[in-house]
Amino acid sequence: MLEIRDLHATVNGKAILKGLTLTVGAGEVHAIMGPNGAGKSTLAYVLAGRDGYEVTGGDFLVDGRSLLDLAPEDRAQAGLFLAFQYPVEIPGVSNSTFLREAVNAQRRSRGEPDLDALQFIKLARQKMNSLGMTDEMLKRPVNVGFSGGEKKRNEVLQLAILEPKVAVMDETDSGLDVDALRTVARAVNALRAPKRSFLMITHYERLLEEIVPDRVHILADGRIVGSGGPELAREIERTGYAAYAAAAA
Amino acid sequence: MAAPGAGGTDVLNELVGQSYKYGFVTDIEADTAPKGLSEEIVRFISARKDEPEWLLTWRLKAYHHWLTMPEPTWAKVSFPPLDYQDAYYYSAPKNLPKLESLDDIDPEIKRTYDKLGIPLHEQQILAGVAVDAVFDSVSVATTFKKKLEEYGVIFCPISEAVQKHPELVRKYLGSVVPYTDNKHATLNSAVFTDGSFVYVPPGVRCPMELSTYFRINAAKTGQFERTLIIADRGSYVSYLEGCTAPMRDENQLHAAVVELVALDDAEIKYSTVQNWYPGDEQGRGGIFNFVTKRGACRGRNSKISWTQVETGSAITWKYPSCILQGDNSVGEFYSIAITNNYQQADTGTKMIHLGRNTRSRIISKGISAGHGQQTYRGLVRVAARAEGARNHTQCDSLLIGSTCGAHTVPYIESHNRSAVVEHEATTSRISDDQLFYCRQRGLKLEDAVALVVNGFCRDVLQQLPMEFAVEAQKLVGISLEGSVG
Repeated sequence: MLEIRDLHATVNGKAILKGLTLTVGAGEVHAIMGPNGAGKSTLAYVLAGRDGYEVTGGDFLVDGRSLLDLAPEDRAQAGLFLAFQYPVEIPGVSNSTFLREAVNAQRRSRGEPDLDALQFIKLARQKMNSLGMTDEMLKRPVNVGFSGGEKKRNEVLQLAILEPKVAVMDETDSGLDVDALRTVARAVNALRAPKRSFLMITHYERLLEEIVPDRVHILADGRIVGSGGPELAREIERTGYAAYAAAAA
Repeated sequence: MAAPGAGGTDVLNELVGQSYKYGFVTDIEADTAPKGLSEEIVRFISARKDEPEWLLTWRLKAYHHWLTMPEPTWAKVSFPPLDYQDAYYYSAPKNLPKLESLDDIDPEIKRTYDKLGIPLHEQQILAGVAVDAVFDSVSVATTFKKKLEEYGVIFCPISEAVQKHPELVRKYLGSVVPYTDNKHATLNSAVFTDGSFVYVPPGVRCPMELSTYFRINAAKTGQFERTLIIADRGSYVSYLEGCTAPMRDENQLHAAVVELVALDDAEIKYSTVQNWYPGDEQGRGGIFNFVTKRGACRGRNSKISWTQVETGSAITWKYPSCILQGDNSVGEFYSIAITNNYQQADTGTKMIHLGRNTRSRIISKGISAGHGQQTYRGLVRVAARAEGARNHTQCDSLLIGSTCGAHTVPYIESHNRSAVVEHEATTSRISDDQLFYCRQRGLKLEDAVALVVNGFCRDVLQQLPMEFAVEAQKLVGISLEGSVG
């Protein structure tokens, strides 16, 4: 479960989040929609603890524990996962090495023994099968030469293997054609779980046709200015954000 | 005795006087020669080793030539002038004070051993802890020596080879790196104390990586190491030098020479991991590693491949090179060099194409962090008769932080119109995006740095023999600890 309480944050001294409050219950999927510049990606980076994103007030908790004072890796180990809008390339490092390092870092933080190469491959294959992916992706260097769809699928694969409590999906639909979007959405749907909370950050309603959220929130000028059920996303698709943006100003 | 500030002649007289006082020319029981360098010292070393006359003569020629040579000044490194008279040139293998257990060693060193995954008994030996007279590696070493003998491979200290195989040593010593080569190599020729000798007979594929199981012995080689490897027709040998464990030595100057000779259809693969003491975080202390390594592809279709991982030393000055004499011969140079804190490295290679259709490949990965300064310096020369010569050079630099430096100085001299010489170079910075991405997945900052840098070095790491590669990967991470954040 994710609780965000009156969160304020600045980037380069400029206030971007101005009192954002939101709770995503265990097993729920919430969507955050909003116009460009509303602070959607800032929210994702603030939660993940990226340098340069400074929290000036408020708090946020995962399963009742505040992660605010933790380093990015400690937040990850506490169960927070961010699916990047622009997944990063790491030349020379195979996807399987990268994922195994990540899994083992998290296992160590829980006092569990490392997975060896064979155990890891077994786990990865099992996850990939359940998501309908081939393990060819494991051998390639992390995101290097991946198509837009492959990069996003790779994010979902990491999510599947790391099994976080809270997954923040930043513009997972951006840069995907319809088929790729469906593939990714199917994988995300398969990863919905009773103890897992999803926060889907998106620009368009399109993704929410495939991953139907429990709640939809409108973010404008650093605050939640409206919330509703899945129908709210459709309304926005018709009428745009203008009314909400005006309300926020 | 000479007064302070006395001229060079007085100092020399003083030394000569001392030498007589201790009588070290005749007293071969002496363990340590007095400080300083002189003809007497060279004679002493030769006598101590019971060397034949020709070798003493060669050493003395080197010594007298050395006196006339200027210091090499072209490398982009800076250090105060060396005082050659304030150093010892010979001491018998010392019995270091034995420690009772590993608990007595510097916890920092113990931590590094653990991170590298060095087996406990090797840790004890490296750290100078008293161990039982018979330990595993000695019996392992004996077993492997037997096997080498079966194949006719000679692998022994060069001082032993001088006694047992003088014809081979005399034929090849100084044939690749002449005693006149450069000031450091010339000094080595005059005063080298020991090193390794390898001879692989025609058609023999050496049945094991040499020196893997001799790591501990190798760790005790002195500051003027001399290595000579000869691969006879159609033979193959892979030689591993060095040690990933951090090594301390009170001798500041290390001037080693390595000579390789590959005859027709022979191949030598030479891999180095160098982790000498780099000095502290402020740049105090540390080894000056001034090494001359050169291989001659003398025969047709011969091949020499250098792979190096250089993470230690305060200053690294090193250009493992290939002279491609035989037609169709191949030279390779794969290098990872890391400079952190105040380390300086000026390293690269020379590929001298003399034969027809000779090929060379250079991949250099330089990583600079802290106040580290690093230069890739490489020469590709194609002689007029080297019809069809080809070279490909790839030279990548990675910068960590804003106070380090990376420099690339390629020299290309082509005297044959049919030659193809390609040079690619990149400089990049370790990106915040990459580090953040790794950390978001749960990796600690230092592990994220190690992962990204190991990826950057992958093309070179995969050239290393397996067991070396695993340790080298860990070493890359350890060398960069504290460089970010």
